Amino acid sequence: MVSETNNATLVYERPESLTEMPTFYCPGCTHGTAHRLVAEVLDEMGIRETTIGVAPVGCSVFAYNYFNHDYVEAAHGRAPAMATGIKRVLPKKMVYTYQGDGDLASIGMGEIMHAAARGENITVIYLNNAIYGMTGGQMSPTTLPNMKTTSTPLGRDVEVAGYPIRMAEIISNLDAVSYVVRRSLHNPANIRKTKKAVKTAFQTQASGMGFSMVEILSSCPTNWKLSPSKSLEFIEEQMIPVYPIADFKVNPEIKNIKG
Amino acid sequence: MVKKLLKGNEAFAEAAIRAGCEGFFGYPITPSTEFLEHMAKRMPELGRGFVQAESEVAAINMVYGAACTGKRAMTASSSPGISLMMEGISYIAGTEVPAVIVNVMRGGPGLGNIAPSQGDYNQMVKGGGHGDYFPIVLAPASVQEAIDYITLAFDLADKYRSLVFVIVDGNLGQMMEPAELPPMRDLDFITPEWAVDGETEGRERRFLSSIYIDPKDEEVTNIRLLRRKLEIEKNEILYHTEEIDDAEIVIVAFGTAGRVASTAVRQARQEGIKVGLFRPITLSPFPYKEIEKLADQAKSMLVAEMNTGMMLDDVSLSVKGKIPIEFYGRMGGITPFPDEILDEIRRINNSPPTDTDFNAREAWLDRLELIIEGEN
Ligand SMILES: Cc1ncc(C[n+]2csc(CCOP(=O)(O)OP(=O)(O)O)c2C)c(N)n1
Repeated sequence: MVSETNNATLVYERPESLTEMPTFYCPGCTHGTAHRLVAEVLDEMGIRETTIGVAPVGCSVFAYNYFNHDYVEAAHGRAPAMATGIKRVLPKKMVYTYQGDGDLASIGMGEIMHAAARGENITVIYLNNAIYGMTGGQMSPTTLPNMKTTSTPLGRDVEVAGYPIRMAEIISNLDAVSYVVRRSLHNPANIRKTKKAVKTAFQTQASGMGFSMVEILSSCPTNWKLSPSKSLEFIEEQMIPVYPIADFKVNPEIKNIKG
Repeated sequence: MVKKLLKGNEAFAEAAIRAGCEGFFGYPITPSTEFLEHMAKRMPELGRGFVQAESEVAAINMVYGAACTGKRAMTASSSPGISLMMEGISYIAGTEVPAVIVNVMRGGPGLGNIAPSQGDYNQMVKGGGHGDYFPIVLAPASVQEAIDYITLAFDLADKYRSLVFVIVDGNLGQMMEPAELPPMRDLDFITPEWAVDGETEGRERRFLSSIYIDPKDEEVTNIRLLRRKLEIEKNEILYHTEEIDDAEIVIVAFGTAGRVASTAVRQARQEGIKVGLFRPITLSPFPYKEIEKLADQAKSMLVAEMNTGMMLDDVSLSVKGKIPIEFYGRMGGITPFPDEILDEIRRINNSPPTDTDFNAREAWLDRLELIIEGEN
């Protein structure tokens, strides 16, 4: 890493919490952006060396290759259970899961709901791209009505396939959770807001206040069959109306911990 | 220390605690529930991890997570719950982290019933989850043995980075028996060098996973697991024998069936019948060679189980057709009485089988029908 050249000031560099490994994500995919935000937060909080991540099954299955801190790789949907096991024997460590919508809202619905219901003192970074990316673009529980996927070739028919599941809203109804918000990565302003939320989520955990989750609206240009820039428009125009950007639950104590 | 009257499941749970278990994750299911209840009381008071999970799927994945940190972690369940855990079991095996799982087996398949059974032999011994892996399986036959082997299970799990199943049936889980617990051991374990414990200062990051996306790497892992299995076979086979030296009839039975057979053997000896008992304690690694040796000495064998003859197949592999093998089993949650085994011993003694190539199960089913008729 070059930190100094003649008369130049370093304004941007790889966070220490990321490895040098180039990511395998498709062009325009926002997983990389989300990784970077998490890494920046870990750096800023100085917790890289005491944090354990739990990777999902999905496109971010290899998250542990990109993050420069301890990591385990869970079975599909089970990351919150695995994180629970880790946190219960190492309560002083920071533990977070990083999950997609298929992983979290379909096969892992039981694990996420109960980790939240227990107020498990972990952080969940939940990337909602409304599709199964890794397996080539099938319908996920968060696929929009009428949205075409390889398993809804005529568009998601709500009569037979039901409606999108809004996880942030559902989870925010549980008494034990402290911080549940939805953010989006479709433009720089929202990316900055997402980072702030990620930081608050980790701070919530650091102060022992229990379950925190940031749902992050993300793009999947490859499987949406849209260009990267059109994908960002799709988030803004199609996804946000269904998945509003909002704070769904913020424990009033959180203001105090931030000082 | 003196022996006290201890209830199976509670004693097993306390044994696990004293062996240094720092994380227990489970879901209630008869006949193993007292295990979880004991943990619910004791683990928090010791400041150790306990969660009543939302399902066995979650429970095993909590065990997986805790095991990845290098701490001693376990679960206890019963047959249908163990089935649900098979996904996590395969991941634990693929990640090569140590974990101990107690299965208090009950009648099946399906929901079956809550009565004692040995019907999970194949699932436990041969794998059950997907992929190539080899758990260690211990089958105690008394409360004391279960206490001892749960302690051993943690040591073996750590030594080989292996899954260890301790399988008992509802009889042992539910019975009260005089037994002695080991002293509480200190939690002074050295964190293994592979552990993902979030102590990255001064070392490279670590990660644990069961992914080997390149088949070449997966094959390397498969080979490593197989070599470990072979090493375990060399070092860790355990079994118990009674009256075996001059035995012409050898009974092979594990767990509760072995205990029932032991009573029958004693009675038969009083009648002057030369019969002995071979009770495998490690079902995996299975004592093939030891049983083969007995086949060189005895005239026939009788395998007794509380299933349809799952271990019978492994005994047949050991005996290699050298002597006839008969089978006697009860199923569905029924525990045989010593008299049933005694009658089998007498029958074999009166008309020793000579045919090594007959269908032991078919012959047994014919006899069993009459026995069940007599019971009704
Ligand atoms: C038990 C199990 N079932 C199915 C799969 C196949 N699978 C892998 S990833 C995936 C979907 C992932 O989608 P999502 O969580 O939305 O993440 P994304 O890939 O879009 O980031 C599926 C179904 C699996 N690995 N394991």
